[in-house]
Amino acid sequence: MTTSTERAPGGPAIEIHDLRKTFGTTHALDGLDLTVRPGEVAGFLGPNGAGKSTAIRVLLGLLRPTSGHVRLLGGDPWADAVALHRRLAYVPGDVSLWPNLTGGEAIDLLGRLRGDQGRAAARRRQELLERFELDPTKKARTYSKGNRQKVALVAAFAADVELLVLDEPTSGLDPLMEAVFTELLREAKAQGRSVLLSSHIMSEVEKVCDTVTIIRRGRAVESGTLQELRHLTRSAVTAVVGGDPAPLAALPGVHDLATTADGDGTRVTFDVENDQMGDVLAAVAPLGVRSFTATPPSLEELFLRHYGDELAAGGGSATGAAR
Amino acid sequence: MSAPAVARARGGSRLRGAGPGGTLAGTGLLLRFMLRRDRVRLAVWSASVVALWLYVVTAFGALYSTAEERQARAALMTTPASVMMTGPGYGLEDYTLGAMVANELLLWVALALAIMSVLEIVRHTRAEEESGRAELVRAGAVGRHAPAVAAMLLVLVVNVVVAVLSGAVLVAGGLDAGDSAVLVVAAALTALVFAAVAVVTCQLTAHGRGAAGLALAVFGAAALVRAAGDIQERHGSALSWFSPIAWAQQTRVFVDTRLWPLVPSAVLVVLLLVLGAVLASRRDHGAGMLPDRRGRADARPSLRSPVALAWRQQRTALAWWTLGAGLMWLASGTYVDGVGDMIGDLAETNPAVAQIFGADGGQGLVDAFVAVILLYAVLAALGYGIAAVLRAGAEEAEGRAEVALALPVSRGRWLGAQLVVAEAGAAVLVLAGGAGTALGALSVGVDDPAAWTYLLAAASYLPAVAVVLGLAAALYAWWPRLAGLAWAVLALVFVVGMFGDALDLPDAVQGLSPLWWVPRVPAEDPRLLPVVVLAGVAVTLHVLAFAGFRRRDVPAR
Ligand SMILES: Nc1ncnc2c1ncn2[C@@H]1O[C@H](COP(=O)(O)OP(=O)(O)OP(=O)(O)O)[C@@H](O)[C@H]1O
Ligand SMILES: [Mg+2]
Repeated sequence: MTTSTERAPGGPAIEIHDLRKTFGTTHALDGLDLTVRPGEVAGFLGPNGAGKSTAIRVLLGLLRPTSGHVRLLGGDPWADAVALHRRLAYVPGDVSLWPNLTGGEAIDLLGRLRGDQGRAAARRRQELLERFELDPTKKARTYSKGNRQKVALVAAFAADVELLVLDEPTSGLDPLMEAVFTELLREAKAQGRSVLLSSHIMSEVEKVCDTVTIIRRGRAVESGTLQELRHLTRSAVTAVVGGDPAPLAALPGVHDLATTADGDGTRVTFDVENDQMGDVLAAVAPLGVRSFTATPPSLEELFLRHYGDELAAGGGSATGAAR
Repeated sequence: MSAPAVARARGGSRLRGAGPGGTLAGTGLLLRFMLRRDRVRLAVWSASVVALWLYVVTAFGALYSTAEERQARAALMTTPASVMMTGPGYGLEDYTLGAMVANELLLWVALALAIMSVLEIVRHTRAEEESGRAELVRAGAVGRHAPAVAAMLLVLVVNVVVAVLSGAVLVAGGLDAGDSAVLVVAAALTALVFAAVAVVTCQLTAHGRGAAGLALAVFGAAALVRAAGDIQERHGSALSWFSPIAWAQQTRVFVDTRLWPLVPSAVLVVLLLVLGAVLASRRDHGAGMLPDRRGRADARPSLRSPVALAWRQQRTALAWWTLGAGLMWLASGTYVDGVGDMIGDLAETNPAVAQIFGADGGQGLVDAFVAVILLYAVLAALGYGIAAVLRAGAEEAEGRAEVALALPVSRGRWLGAQLVVAEAGAAVLVLAGGAGTALGALSVGVDDPAAWTYLLAAASYLPAVAVVLGLAAALYAWWPRLAGLAWAVLALVFVVGMFGDALDLPDAVQGLSPLWWVPRVPAEDPRLLPVVVLAGVAVTLHVLAFAGFRRRDVPAR
C-alpha cells in the first residue's frame, strides 16, 4: 500500500482534472481543474457555494467524485485515504470539536491518531499554544469560535506533514492571530510544505499565496500566479491629450472610453487590458500626451469581478482568460 | 414620530400584549413554527397511538367475545407478571371490554405519549439551546419563557388531538362515551405530567440528551413504584399512590368511574411548571445548574484511538444508565418475594391460574415474573443501544466524523469504534438487568431460580439485541436519513413483546421481532439454535453496515 502512494519526485501535490460532483440535481463541482505543485502555497477562492469545501472533501476521500481525475500526493484520495492522511493535516471550515474534551486533549488526540509522537511534537505543541495564546484546559463546548479554530490550527501546524489543507482557516481569528497564522504559513512554506488554502480574505491570499485559483459554480474561472492574474485584467487609464482620442476606442483591448474637455486639451478615461497596454501606449503617444496615469487593478477588484455577476454579462478578457 | 420610534412603539405594544414583562413575547409565533417543523413527526406519533387504541379494542373485542373467554383472561391478569405489565386490576370480577382495555392498555399509551411529550419538550427547548439555534430565536422579539411555554402548549395541543381521536375510536369500538373520555383524558394528563417533568430537567442539565434521559428515568421510577404498589395489594396499595401513573389508573374507568384521582396530576403539572419557570429565570441562556469546569491541558496516554474517543464520549451516559437501570432491576428483583406470597392466595381465589401455573407449586409464576422483568431490561437496553448507535449520525452531522476521517483513520475503524462502544454498553445494560434482578431476589431471600439462571436468561437475549443494533447500524450506514426507522423497529419489538400473546398476533408478525425467537429463560428452557441463527443474522447486518459505510459520502447529503 505504501509503495503505491509514494509521491513521484516532482509530481504535483494535488492534481485535479475535470472533476465533477453532483448532489442530486446540484452540480457542486462541474469540471474543476486544480494543480498544486510541491512546496507551493495555493490560494483557493470563490464565492459562497462555489464548491471549495466540496473539492476539499473530495481530496480528503470523504466524498466520492462523480467523475474526473483526482490525485493527492501521488495517490488516489478515495482508495488510499488512510496512508495519504498520514502525510497531510486538515482544518475544516467550521471546526466542530468533541464537546467534553478540553482543547489540549483534542490536540493530543488528533496528533496521536496521525501518529505524531515524542518530545519534538510536544515542544512544537507548546510553542504553538503560546503563539496562538490558547488556553488548553477549557472544555471544547466553552470555547469561542475563534478558539475552536485555534485548536484545529495548532493540531495542524504541529503535525509533521507534507501538505496542509486549510478551509477558510482564519474566518474566526482576530487580526493579531491572523498575523500569527500568516507567519506560520510562511514557515511551513519555508520548510517545503505544500498548502491548499481556501479563503475569502484577499489580503491573506495576496500575502502568502504563490498561485491562486478562483472557482465559480464548480469550475475554475482563473488560475495562475498573482502576477499572471493581474496581467490578465484591465488597468484604468486617465490621460489628457492634445489630439483627438476617438480612434483609441477602436483599438483591441480598450473598453469604456469616455472623453471630456480639459482646458484646450481632452481628458480621456478608459480601461485597457493589460496585455494590450503596449499597443495602446504606442497609439496614445502621438496624440500629445500632457498627463498619463494607469492604475493596475487591485486584487479586490480582481476578485469582485469574478465573484460578481459581471463575469457572465460582459468583461471579455476575463471570460477569455478562463480555462 | 421618527420611523424607528414608530417601530419601537409597535414592538412595545406587541410585547405588552403577549404577556407579563414580555417574557412570553413571541409564544404564538414559536408554537406555529414548532407545529410546522414537527408536522410529520407528530402526525406519526399521534397516528400510532390512535392506531394502538383502535387495534387493541378491535382485537380484544374479537378475541375475547364471550364472558367466559374474558374471565379466563381476567384470571391470567392476577399473576404478578401480568400486574407488572398492566394495572391495578379493577373490574377483574366482571372483565368487560372496557375494563380490559383500561387495565391492560392505559400504562402503555401513557408511556408512548409521555415519551413523545418528553422528546418534544427537550427538542424545542434544551436541544435548541445546546445547538446554538435558540440564540438566533431569542435575539428576536422573543421572551425568555416563550420557547418553553410554546413547547408545553405544543405538547398540550397534540395530546388533546390524540385524546379526541382516541376517544372517537373507543366509542366506535362500542365503549361507553363518558368512560372513554375519562380514559383518554387520564392518559393525556399523565403525559403532561412527564412533559412538565421534562421542563424541569431541561433546566438542570445543559445537555438535551441528559434532560430527556432524566425525565424518562422519572417515568421508569413512577412505573416501578406503581407496579410495586399494585403487586402488594390488588387495586393498589398506599405505595401505588406515589406514582402519577397510578393516579390515572385509579380512575377505575369502565368499572366505577371517579374523577378526583386526576386532580393530583393537574396540580403536579402546575407545580412543576412553576418550578421550571423559577429555575429558568435563575440561569443563563445555554447554561446548566453547574458551571463547566476546566480540564486537563493534555490528554491521558490512553486517549489515543477511535475506540478510546468513543468511550470517552459515551461513558457518562452509560454510567448513569447502568446505575439507574441497575437500581430499577434490583428493586424489581425484590418483588419476587411478594410473588411467592401471592401464590397461595391465588390458588384459592383462582383455580384457573392455579391450574396453569400451580402444577410446580407456583414456581412457574415466579419464573414468568422474572422473565417479564428481564424482557423490560432488554427493551430498556435496546433503547439505550439504538440511541448510542445513532450517535454516529450526530458525530457526522456536526462535522466531527469529518475531522476524524481526515486523519489516518479508516472508515471501518471509525464506525467500528462507534459500534463497539455503543453495543458493548447495551450488552452491559442487559447483563446488569440479569444481575440486578438476581441480587434483588437474593436480598429478599429468594434463591430459586438460582442467580446464574438470571444471567443466563439475560445473556441469551444478547444475539437478538445485536440483531436490532446491527439493523440500526446498517440503516445508518446505507441511508443515514432513514436511521430513525430503528426506533420503529424498537416499537415493533415492544408491541410484540408486550401484546403479542394478548392480541394473538400471527407468528409471522411476532417473528419479525428478534426477541420473539429467544426462549424466555427461566420460564422456558434455553435452546441453542435460535441463539446461533440470531448471531448469524447479527453478523450479516454488521458486515452490511461496514460495507455500506465504506461506499458512501461523509457527510451524507
Ligand atoms: N451534502 C450536500 N448535499 C447537497 N448539496 C450540497 C452538499 N454539500 C454541498 N452542497 C452544495 O454544493 C455547492 C458547493 O458547496 P460548498 O460547501 O463546496 O461551497 P463553498 O465554496 O465551500 O462555500 P463557502 O464559501 O460558503 O464555504 C453548494 O451549492 C451547496 O449547496
Ligand atoms: Mg466552504
